[in-house]
Amino acid sequence: MHIPDGYLSPATSAVMYAACAPFWYLAGRKVKKLLTARMVPVLAIFSAFAFAVQMFNVPLPGGTTGHAIGATLLAIVLGPWAAVIGISMVLIVQALFFGDGGVTAIGANAFNMAVIGAFAGYFTYRLFAGSSPVSSRRHVIGAIAGSYLAANLSAFITALELGVQPILFRSAEGIPLYAPYGLNVAISAMMAGHLLIAGPIEAIVTGLVVAYLSRSHQHLFLASRLQNTNGTVRSFRPLWVGLGIIILLTPLGLLAPGTAWGEWGAEELQQIGLGFVPQGLERLAGLWPAPLTDYTVPGWGAELGYILSAILGAGIIVGIIWGVSKIVNKRERKSPVERSEG
Amino acid sequence: MKHHPPARRGSFRILEKTVHHLSESLEATLFAENTAQRPGLLQGIDPRVKVISLLLLVVTVALVQGLPFLGILYLIALALAALSRIPLGFFLKRTLVFIPLFTGVIALPAIFNVVSPGKPLIVLYDIGRPLSWGPIGLPQQLAITDTGITVSSRLILRVSASLSFTVLLLLTTRWASLLKALRVLGVPRVFVVILGMTYRYIYLLLHTVNTMFLARKSRTVGRLSAGEHRRWLTTTMGLMVDKSYTLSENVYQAMLSRGFRGEVSIMDTFALHRADIVWACITLAMATGIFMMDRL
Repeated sequence: MHIPDGYLSPATSAVMYAACAPFWYLAGRKVKKLLTARMVPVLAIFSAFAFAVQMFNVPLPGGTTGHAIGATLLAIVLGPWAAVIGISMVLIVQALFFGDGGVTAIGANAFNMAVIGAFAGYFTYRLFAGSSPVSSRRHVIGAIAGSYLAANLSAFITALELGVQPILFRSAEGIPLYAPYGLNVAISAMMAGHLLIAGPIEAIVTGLVVAYLSRSHQHLFLASRLQNTNGTVRSFRPLWVGLGIIILLTPLGLLAPGTAWGEWGAEELQQIGLGFVPQGLERLAGLWPAPLTDYTVPGWGAELGYILSAILGAGIIVGIIWGVSKIVNKRERKSPVERSEG
Repeated sequence: MKHHPPARRGSFRILEKTVHHLSESLEATLFAENTAQRPGLLQGIDPRVKVISLLLLVVTVALVQGLPFLGILYLIALALAALSRIPLGFFLKRTLVFIPLFTGVIALPAIFNVVSPGKPLIVLYDIGRPLSWGPIGLPQQLAITDTGITVSSRLILRVSASLSFTVLLLLTTRWASLLKALRVLGVPRVFVVILGMTYRYIYLLLHTVNTMFLARKSRTVGRLSAGEHRRWLTTTMGLMVDKSYTLSENVYQAMLSRGFRGEVSIMDTFALHRADIVWACITLAMATGIFMMDRL
């Protein structure tokens, strides 16, 4: 998912750096307040750990292999803010020292993988885990759901960034200057890959590592450290509001530097938004929930329709997860065994 | 008697792939450290000036639209590599094989009229009208277009040129100097220190992981199922989380006992020479020149 240099326009790169800046700033302050000097070696070594994790080839049932990013895992162990810094560090080291991922795209890559990966993954995990003891299976379920959702949300945001390139940035003759594929191709290709391969790998890795840690290394969970110090885990409702705001703002932020909506002629829209999808992709696109591909608002551009459907889709996913986690939480609370444990 | 398949097949491939991957990245950086110490043009430039000038060139690559100008920028990168005594074969392999090849695969469908409508140059087929069977369709015509060629070659050239400048930076700068030079880009001091520690501990952790993999490999007889693989891999990762935590505690204690109080200072021993200023002017002139000509 590392975007190299050359795929994104300088304007998008700048917007993504700007989108990352407040998270980096706040993360730096949060981490400083949390544990001050102790955090320096922790962040350094866990960043190195995340780098090493990305080197592990994990087999999927069916024969493909791939690697995990580890943002959700890092967030479960260190908290989301520290994870944002940790994964960003990995991306900077990869770009500057290994030539992996673009230098101008560090902002975009950090936003997609570090910010989205850490926050979406962590909130979902916490929603499932609640205030249950670390030994509870809810932590493992939360880790699986969180990392799967985070990997797919990251892919989706990446696809949006790539997909708006041919719409917003074209030469005087109308030829795309950067990534050439529109939203429909970018989204179907990225989502097919992540819903079926990269997402499951992330979920398997995060789930199994969290299961292992909850069996034998319970002190490593951020949740267990929080429970030890305050007795309770803080409410995470404000964090959900934050996630909602991120989802809402990202696509809008991407489009902000673009030209006015009305400037696109119908013919142009035909070319960029609703052009032909290569056969293989079109078949894969069938896997994508129908309302998302067909959803357009009459009178508005097709692209705005895509963005709206994106928000709608993200909202539905968040809603389902919220609902399921409520049910899981309620059932756990009713169970007498769990109550005696907690 | 049950026959066991030869050990290199199937089950080992993943372990081997990972070990190979690990050693490869370690080797690549060691090689970079080696070329960074050879005498050459870019090696002699002040790291701060070099970071800014090469980033300026990367940004120029991102801004320039004309294919010839992108080509010129790529040639400049090649010339700089030659002047910095980087083996050309190695440099080309490093900057053309990996990411540009991947980009080539991505850019390939964009040469056809279905993605990039334009004047058809080579018509592959024309069946008069589009066909469709349920969800699968066939467009009326498949042709390579002039627009498609422009779009694809622009993407590949741009990716190769910007990667070349980045690789030039990392091949001609020792990592310790590169880190210090990041200060001029406004990276806070504490993050520069964390980045430096990250880089160092990547080696330690990769070495540890590599040893664990080799140990596992040497103890494995017969086949591992994918499920066993996954369990073993994730247990290793879990163990690494614990190791990292313990290690960070030890490192923190060591830092404390050496007087660390949370403040970090970096010894800056860079000094600007006339050559650096001349180099800065040349790059600035090249970048603005190409940018202006491209806009004409």
